[in-house]
Amino acid sequence: MSTGLIFACVGVVLFAMGMAGVLLLEHLLRRILAFNLMGSGAFLVMVGFAQRMDVPDPVPQAMVLTGIVVAVAATALALALARRLHALTGKYTLPPAADD
Amino acid sequence: MTEWLPWLILLPLLWATAAFLLGPGRGARLAIGTTAVQLALAFALAFELGSGSGAPVHRVGGWGAPLGIDLVADGLSALILILTQLVALPLFVYARIYFAAAAPAWFWPLAGFLVAGMNALVLSADLFNLYVTLEIVGLAAVGLVAMGGTAGQLAAALRYLLATLVGSGMYLLGVALVYGSYGTVSIATLTPLVSAGAPLAVWFAGGLLLIGLMVKTALFPFHGWLPPAHGGAPAPVSALVSALVVKASFYLILRLWLGPFAAMAEVAAALPAVLGAAAILWGSWRAVRAQRLKALVAWSTVAQVGYLFLIFPLLGADQLALHAGGMQVLAHGLAKAAMFASVGVLIQATGRDAVAGVAGVAACLPLTLFAFGLAGVTLMGLPPSGGFLAKWLLIEAALLRGRWDMVIVVFAGGLLAATYVFRVLQQAFLATPGGEALRVDRRRLATLEWTAFALAVASILVGLRGMEILRLLGVGA
Repeated sequence: MSTGLIFACVGVVLFAMGMAGVLLLEHLLRRILAFNLMGSGAFLVMVGFAQRMDVPDPVPQAMVLTGIVVAVAATALALALARRLHALTGKYTLPPAADD
Repeated sequence: MTEWLPWLILLPLLWATAAFLLGPGRGARLAIGTTAVQLALAFALAFELGSGSGAPVHRVGGWGAPLGIDLVADGLSALILILTQLVALPLFVYARIYFAAAAPAWFWPLAGFLVAGMNALVLSADLFNLYVTLEIVGLAAVGLVAMGGTAGQLAAALRYLLATLVGSGMYLLGVALVYGSYGTVSIATLTPLVSAGAPLAVWFAGGLLLIGLMVKTALFPFHGWLPPAHGGAPAPVSALVSALVVKASFYLILRLWLGPFAAMAEVAAALPAVLGAAAILWGSWRAVRAQRLKALVAWSTVAQVGYLFLIFPLLGADQLALHAGGMQVLAHGLAKAAMFASVGVLIQATGRDAVAGVAGVAACLPLTLFAFGLAGVTLMGLPPSGGFLAKWLLIEAALLRGRWDMVIVVFAGGLLAATYVFRVLQQAFLATPGGEALRVDRRRLATLEWTAFALAVASILVGLRGMEILRLLGVGA
């Protein structure tokens, strides 16, 4: 098994852990961190899976760079919303949805 | 022609940035004026495609794929471009008046980035650029939903954000697996490669792409985030996100389903249809039971998204199901924008967001109520609306393949839609509880009423111009 493929497999595991965290955890900060773990997993797959023959491929690295920018923007937005929610309700958990 | 294709993306980016620099609450006129230009560009593109000159391609910066980014337009993308600008223009006129009293600070920049993201999404031709545009649309929509700033709206926005990030995370992992397997993300290059033979990783990727996009389209059972987000935001925002944003991810599912993943899609075609049928029945039922006006309209979006997914097992050489899907996207987008806009007027007039609160509005706001009714006609699927044409084509496609179960679902959905629309209309014709006439400043509400009415009329008119629209859908498909 090449190093690239090992990276990709670790990436899939990280992605699954992160996704479980976003879906199952309660504390908003933990959920936001879990989202970042999920993103890192996807990036690792992107870079690792593309260089299975141990030849680096620059295109997915450029894509990951773009992906990191998107993830930072999304994290900043999530943190801003969570802080504002904390200021209003005093809690870092989502209140139950009242949808009708 | 291809020289001005990128302007459909650049113009909204420019006015959004200008609106941001002008400061909170500013930039309305600029937005409305430029959106009118974008609408003209979208129509010009549709005419050019209709005249049979082939799909225009623009290579951004002169680089071209695979290193650069290509912008490509075909009939389906032209249709969504027209829908986006056609919904945005009246809604911006509406929003300018709606927010005039207490302007939530950053509506205009966020709306501009949303439109730019939508336009870029339908013109993108590679999976990774599509990911970036999906995120632009998603983040702008979350910002718009959170704009009101109350605890409930923030919680709805956070729920929406987490759902949309899980969806796009799955999409990104799918893109990573596709790139790792084939070394390209261009949809046109992938199509022959995937149909020639797909390793296990690509099957897995196809599943991830599909489920991730279903989460973002709020297909049952992933719809939990939609009603609080769309039902809690200010009326112009609800209209914008309900009419456009869920269509963006649906467009992408359709594009992948018809393109690279066509061979794989046949195996899984039953899944979206079953979920779509469940969405129609559950969403309509919750709309029938809803106590708040905006919750009613938001649950109706969950139901109407279900119709879009019924088409997948019916897609075939005769194009009927594709036409049904395209028509439903267009008709629902216009009707839902009209419905949220008219509900916004009703809430401003009566001061409360409750179905029980609209008693007496028939006498003082007939135009708004008429707009709500016309939008309801489209959602129910009565002739001659666009919704009728969409459901007619869907039933025809289902009957041709002997799918009686689908015909029953479509009819049941129509009946349930009639039930929730007439619930509001019936209440509106009752007298107010005290018996006194409702006092409404009609001069202040006039623009709001007329824009809602224009959107509702447009949702009927697309049914009358059906032939042109269906011909456009066939270009490049």
